[in-house]
Formats: sequence, C-alpha cells, structure tokens
Amino acid sequence: MAEPGRVAEGLRAYRMIAVMWIRSTMAYRASFVMTTVANFAATALDFVAILLMFSRVDALGGYTLPEVAFLYGLSGTAFGLADLTIGSMERLGRRVRDGTLDTLLVRPAPVLAQLAADRFALRRLGRVTQGALVLGYALTSLDIAWTPLKLLLMPVMVVSGAAIFSAVFVAGAAFQFVAQDASEVQNAFTYGGTTLLQYPPTVFAKELVRGVTFVLPLAFVNWLPATYVLGRPYPLDLPVWTAFAPPLVAVGCCALAGAAWRTGLRSYRSTGS
Amino acid sequence: MDGDFIELDRVEKVFEVRRKTGFLKRERRQVRAVDSISFTVPRGEMVGYIGPNGAGKSTTIKMLTGILTPSGGRLRVAGIDPSRERSRLAHRIGVVFGQRTTLWWDLPLIDSYRLVHRMYRIPDGRYRENLDRCVELLDLADLLDVPVRQLSLGQRMRGDIAAALLHDPEVLYLDEPTIGLDVISKAKVRGFLRDLNAERGTTVLLTTHDLQDIEQLCSRVMVIDHGRLMYDGPLAGLHEVGESERTLVVDLERELPPIEVPEARVVKVEGPRQWLAFPASGSAAPLVARIAAEYPLVDLSVREPDIEAVIAQMYADRATA
Repeated sequence: MAEPGRVAEGLRAYRMIAVMWIRSTMAYRASFVMTTVANFAATALDFVAILLMFSRVDALGGYTLPEVAFLYGLSGTAFGLADLTIGSMERLGRRVRDGTLDTLLVRPAPVLAQLAADRFALRRLGRVTQGALVLGYALTSLDIAWTPLKLLLMPVMVVSGAAIFSAVFVAGAAFQFVAQDASEVQNAFTYGGTTLLQYPPTVFAKELVRGVTFVLPLAFVNWLPATYVLGRPYPLDLPVWTAFAPPLVAVGCCALAGAAWRTGLRSYRSTGS
Repeated sequence: MDGDFIELDRVEKVFEVRRKTGFLKRERRQVRAVDSISFTVPRGEMVGYIGPNGAGKSTTIKMLTGILTPSGGRLRVAGIDPSRERSRLAHRIGVVFGQRTTLWWDLPLIDSYRLVHRMYRIPDGRYRENLDRCVELLDLADLLDVPVRQLSLGQRMRGDIAAALLHDPEVLYLDEPTIGLDVISKAKVRGFLRDLNAERGTTVLLTTHDLQDIEQLCSRVMVIDHGRLMYDGPLAGLHEVGESERTLVVDLERELPPIEVPEARVVKVEGPRQWLAFPASGSAAPLVARIAAEYPLVDLSVREPDIEAVIAQMYADRATA
C-alpha cells in the first residue's frame, strides 16, 4: 500500500497539472463550450437509443423506462466522473511506445498522478452532466419508497462507482506496460462496462451477470445497490447486505489496481521497453 | 559531501528481448546493454559520453536518473540510489532529452515553467532569478507565450534546458542536446552550458554524436561501445589510444611523383597537391623542413586527426581483437 505521504504528493501534483490544463482550455472559451456540448450530445445519443427502444416496448427485462433511466443515470454519472478524473490513463501505451513516459519519471511527483492529470479535459463534464440529468429525470418520475438507508446509498453509489471505474482505468493502464496496444482491451472494460450497466441485469444471461458480479465487479457500480433502491430482486440470489458493499468493493478494486500499477511500473523500469 | 558525485561500480543492465520466430513461438535472448561499467565523476566536472547508436549511452543515463533499475552493480548519484529514491533524486538533477521534450507539449512555455516552479517547490526568489537568467542567456523572452508544439527544434531545446535548470540541479544530464540543431543554436547551447559549469559549478554529463560538443565543452570524455567503457580520459588522449595520424597537405609548384620521406607516407595525390599522413604523436616541423629542402614547395597546412576517424578506428580494433 502506498504510504499517505505519497498519496498527498500525488494529489498535489494532480491538482497543479489539472489546474494548468483548465486554465489553458479556458483561453479558448468558445472551443471549450463547443467540445463540451459535443461531448454531451455524443453521450446523449446512447440514451436516445434507449428512448427509441421504449417507443416500441413498455418494459425492458421487466424494467420500465424510468427504472432503466435510473440505472443509466447512475452508471453514466459514475463513469463520467472516473473518465473526467483519470480517463487520460489510457494514453499510457502510447507514452511507453514513444518514450515520453521517461519524462514523467524524472519529475519529483508520482507518475500515476502526472499521467492521470495529463490533458485534463473539463469538456468531459459533458458526460457527467448528461448522466446526472438522466438520473434526475428518473428520480422525479419514479415512485420510490425512500428510507434513510436508500437516501444514503445514492451518493455512496456514485462515489464508489466512480472509484470502481477508476480502478479499471488504472488496471487497464498497468496492463499497457506489458501490451502497449491494449488500450482497446481497456476500452472494452470501461466504455463497454458502462454501456452494459445502463441496461437492467435481467436482460443478460446469468453467466454474464455472474462474471460482472464476481470477476470484474462492475455490478457493484449500480446493479446491486440500485435494484435494492428500486425494490427489485437481483437476478443472482445474493443477501441484502451486498447492496451496501460498493464502498468495500471499491476499496478492494483500488488496492488491486494500485498493486497492478506498481508491478507494471516496476517491470517498465527494469525492462525499459 | 566530498568526493565523487556520480559513482558507478560494475553497473550492468541486461534486457531480455523476445522475438517472434513464428506463430506463438518466441525466442528469448539476453542483451547486455551496459556491461560492467565503472566510473566516477567529481562535482563540477563536465564529461562527454560518446559511442555509436545502441552502445548503451541512453541506458546509462536512464539508470543515472532512476528511470531504469540496474540489473547489477552499484550506482550512486549524490549519495542516492537513483532507482530506489527516484523522486528524492529528481530534486537534485536536471535532465534534457534531445529527442523528446520534458515540457508540456500543448501549453505555452511559461506555463511549463510555472508548473516546474510549483512541482519542485522552488522558492519564489530563486525561481525568478533562475528564470530571468535563463530567459536572458537562452534568448527565450519572445517564446514564453508560445505553445511548445509551435517552437522550432532549437527553440524547444533551449526551452527544455531552461526547464531543467530552474530548480538549481547539482548535475545536468543531457542526452543528445545538439541533435538536429543549426549552427547558431548549437553555439548558443554550448556557450550557455560552458557558463553554467563555470559559474555555478554544475556537474554536466552529456551524450552526443557531435564531437564538436565534446571538443568545445568537455575536459573528459568516455567512449562506450557494446555496453563497455573503452576509453576514459582527456580528449587529447584519444589520439594516442587510437594510434591516429595527422595529415600534412602540401602544394607543390607542379605535378610531381609522390613525395618520398621516411616519416610520412603519401595517401592522396591530386595534381600538384599531395596529402601525407604522419603519426599524431610526432612533430610536423622536421617533416616540413625536409620537404621544403627537397621539393619546390608553394604552400602547406597541417590537419588535426579527425576524432570521428579515431573513434571508428577504436571500434574497428575492438571488433578484430
């Protein structure tokens, strides 16, 4: 585990670099507004696809439109936050190939932080906004029997979900130390993962649901806690407490991803590939 | 802290290279990029590190900066083991990679400097002073607001050197600092480095292909080939090791058969002009006197041995040895 000093040092470097990028983007305000809108529109198309489906059917895997919107909004917001903060990691493979990773290694700041903050793009807020809007629509149209626990679960879900996706980004980047062209594989798990989670678990085969629950635990981003909030059964017979497991799963994923990252960086530094 | 600033003791770096030899079949091979190299550099020295492509120069620099972990041997820079305490070392060293920038590509130059200022926690006064000095000596005033990607190679290199010096590093590593630069940019960079070394006592280690860099900057040169240190000493000493020859160019009054003198041999004849090679260790005076006495001499000049030829000769000797 990284010692607290390193984490603080990393956050400091991240903030400095990110602020620099935001400042430089703001120099071209019009371009910033346009790319943010484009980012918003591109992700919104996903949801249009779901709307189109519901113009033909009344339910998808037994879920109504507001319920699917609930899943969609949670997944979209969590993924959007992860993509905003750490999405730049996918450029690692290229940096290894062209050798520019070396320039990060000679600076007195953790490489992970430098890489994550590199080209920090505020336009990715477009995706977060879109997810949040869909979530807002879902919350106003759904008739949920709110309890304090369910209310508490909402922010917990979004934060843990973002952490789980971030862990996938970091683990994917670590894998690129070994296979530098693997950013597509990573995309399958990140962008692919969020698309999967936008649909109810009931529309997928049990095997897939099992894989997403136990192997790559993306189900903890929204499926498990959200089915609890919606008062629906989860396709796999799991105890109720699992709905509250996301923070634990997120911590576990981040620890594993951190270990993978350190292993990857160590192997780079001994092979210099 | 006294003594040697950079210490290498039998440092090795072995890479495992995997090569596809067929579908799913791979062949493993070990490559010794650096093979038991030992040297020390005292504080304030300016050292040139030369060798052909793939000789192990960059690998050595990468180990000295902590980017790569040595496979064997002992390595210390300012008493620090670079690969284990990379971040701590980073505050004390400056690195310039000739072929890739350490600046933030899309940001204006000044933004990179501001980031360096904060990332290295440079006191404001020191930062101002160092920045002003670099801007003046490296001619950066008009470039500060230009995004790095729009700079020419020479401008970018000067920008990179400034960035590497803002935090007052005790040692500056330069990997091919003049590669691809025009004559004026080269002169500017060299002049700056010379002053830096003289005024601040910054230790400088540079790798280069350009022997003029070495001739104009370094009192000491190390030659590496196939991961082994083949020469370590003053530049002049290379000539002796390489058994090099100087050339006497003689213009005669008319075309004559090749000059015959015992100390030299004619290597080329072109009309009335003849080229004679003689050992670099010998003096040209008796030779000139003798030729002047026996031949109708119009003009002459002595050419120093081409250092590149000397090194090529060294490599060739090693290959046949």
